[in-house]
Amino acid sequence: MKGNEALAEAAIRAGMQAYFGYPITPQSEILEYFTAEAPKHNYVVLQAESELAAINMVYGAGGAGARVMTSSSSPGISLMQEGISYMASAEIPCLVVNVQRGGPGLGTIQPAQGDYFQATKGGGHGDYRLFVLAPASVQEMADFVFDGFRFADKYRTPVLILADGALGQMMEKVVLPPSGSLPFIDKPWATTGKPASRERNILTSLHMEPEKMEEINIKLQDKYRKMQQDVRYEVVGVENPEMVIVAFGLTARICQKAIELAKERGIKVALLRPITLYPFPSDAIAKLTSTTSAFLTVEMNAGQMVEDVRLAVNGKRPVYFRGRMGGMIPSPEDILLEIETIAEKQQTTTA
Amino acid sequence: MESAATANHMELVYEKPMTLTDTPMHYCPGCGHGVVHRVLMEVINEMGIQDRTVGVAPVGCSVFAYNYMNVDMQEAAHGRASAVATGIKRVLPEKYVYSYQGDGDLAAIGTGETIHTVNRGENILMIFINNAIYGMTGGQMAPTSILGQVTSTTPYGRNSDLMGFPLKITDLVSQLPGAYYVTRQSVQTAAAVRKLKKAIEASFKYQPLKKGTCFIEVVSNCPSGWKMTPIEANAWMEKNMFPLYPIGDLKVPKQN
Repeated sequence: MKGNEALAEAAIRAGMQAYFGYPITPQSEILEYFTAEAPKHNYVVLQAESELAAINMVYGAGGAGARVMTSSSSPGISLMQEGISYMASAEIPCLVVNVQRGGPGLGTIQPAQGDYFQATKGGGHGDYRLFVLAPASVQEMADFVFDGFRFADKYRTPVLILADGALGQMMEKVVLPPSGSLPFIDKPWATTGKPASRERNILTSLHMEPEKMEEINIKLQDKYRKMQQDVRYEVVGVENPEMVIVAFGLTARICQKAIELAKERGIKVALLRPITLYPFPSDAIAKLTSTTSAFLTVEMNAGQMVEDVRLAVNGKRPVYFRGRMGGMIPSPEDILLEIETIAEKQQTTTA
Repeated sequence: MESAATANHMELVYEKPMTLTDTPMHYCPGCGHGVVHRVLMEVINEMGIQDRTVGVAPVGCSVFAYNYMNVDMQEAAHGRASAVATGIKRVLPEKYVYSYQGDGDLAAIGTGETIHTVNRGENILMIFINNAIYGMTGGQMAPTSILGQVTSTTPYGRNSDLMGFPLKITDLVSQLPGAYYVTRQSVQTAAAVRKLKKAIEASFKYQPLKKGTCFIEVVSNCPSGWKMTPIEANAWMEKNMFPLYPIGDLKVPKQN
């Protein structure tokens, strides 16, 4: 299945109740899949007049208690940032999927990872974070929809799946999770009509008293810290490697190939792949500083996650960066060259 | 003894509906918002639909509507109330859903949402308060400000060469097939208030029929923003706004 289609089918199986979206390449298959499958199921699917309208429909439906999602690609996700900020503040759970393309501006429709900052540092205005999952295969495009809805409910917050155009368009075998396997939770805060038995429910992000607004901020920050318990990452490769590559999503797969090529040349390289970009696996990276002598971060951008890697490494080891931009994908040979250069540098330093 | 007996026989002819909270309103003296809030909540109370109603508040003077309206409510971003209402109604199709928006919200920043919500025929009620000015931010020009109107951003009067013309958005939406009932009302007299109440009642009665959007414009005032007394403001509204925004129905449901 195509990544975008696997993601859409997984959402249906995860009990998605509503989808609001607007077409944009390279993810329009998601909306198309939902509209084609709609007669067989009981969910709401609506092509909105803009990404602005779509994200605010998500706000309304999520606030009414529905398991709701939207998807878009980089420029469209920029348009949604206002609504995402409001939902983070009003604590409305939802799933947002960004099948990234090259930017800035209208950019290109080719895959990129240039939205890492936007995804992990907030994105819109104000102090908030999203729970961010970064798939690296079509299988994970499907699996992370379940995780996404689960974490959205668990933390009462918007969750972002940060994919890219290649993952959305590539075809791979996928084992889809069974329908009905994701339970629904009670949402006593939802606006469903006020019965006599309870006070009215209000979903708002407006608090005029600064004391109250700070209180909300403290509560949100506390929640974002708690997300650390669900940090996820994968380490592939050897004990005591000469260097560790840190890469996420599609880039991590390309790096795995480069690591095999390096092994043939006698260079021991391991891979740490952050699966959650927020919470970020800082502790796991920090621990590796005692067993390796250098880090290399590879991204399809000008160097964004590398800043978080440097914070985690905290100056204990050098952190190198290799990136391609604007929709260009680094080749395993590109990365191998970088590995060899760093290995040489490290030997000179050690000698 | 006599006073107790009198109290027992006192007939209660008018009271605050339980759908309004006890919170003192922040609206300026003479402002129409309080009256529209009350009439809307009276209808919800009298129809007994409080437990099935969800409202959406906008950004503008009525941003705090949820402090006064004792129903479940969501606060929308500026201009997006009808998109939020769409999201609610689509997942709760049997509930009564309304948005409450001002002219800046509904007819400037939210024009796209307004047109497309009505064009889809969303089965909601949109209440549109048109007072020809941005009240909350201190009296700037609204899309519905009339030509020549002095505001804080049109200090020499609204000039069509530079600032375009008053947007008659209610006339626009009445042309859309998704609109089921479109009317323009006001609240400056008791008779006008009664007519508005009838329009709101009709809109909520239409909602379960799922025939399309009900849209009520309320031509209202802004004594503070217009820098007038409430009496002057109502007179100015009748003289200057009513010719441009005439009171009455723009689209009524076809009789079978």
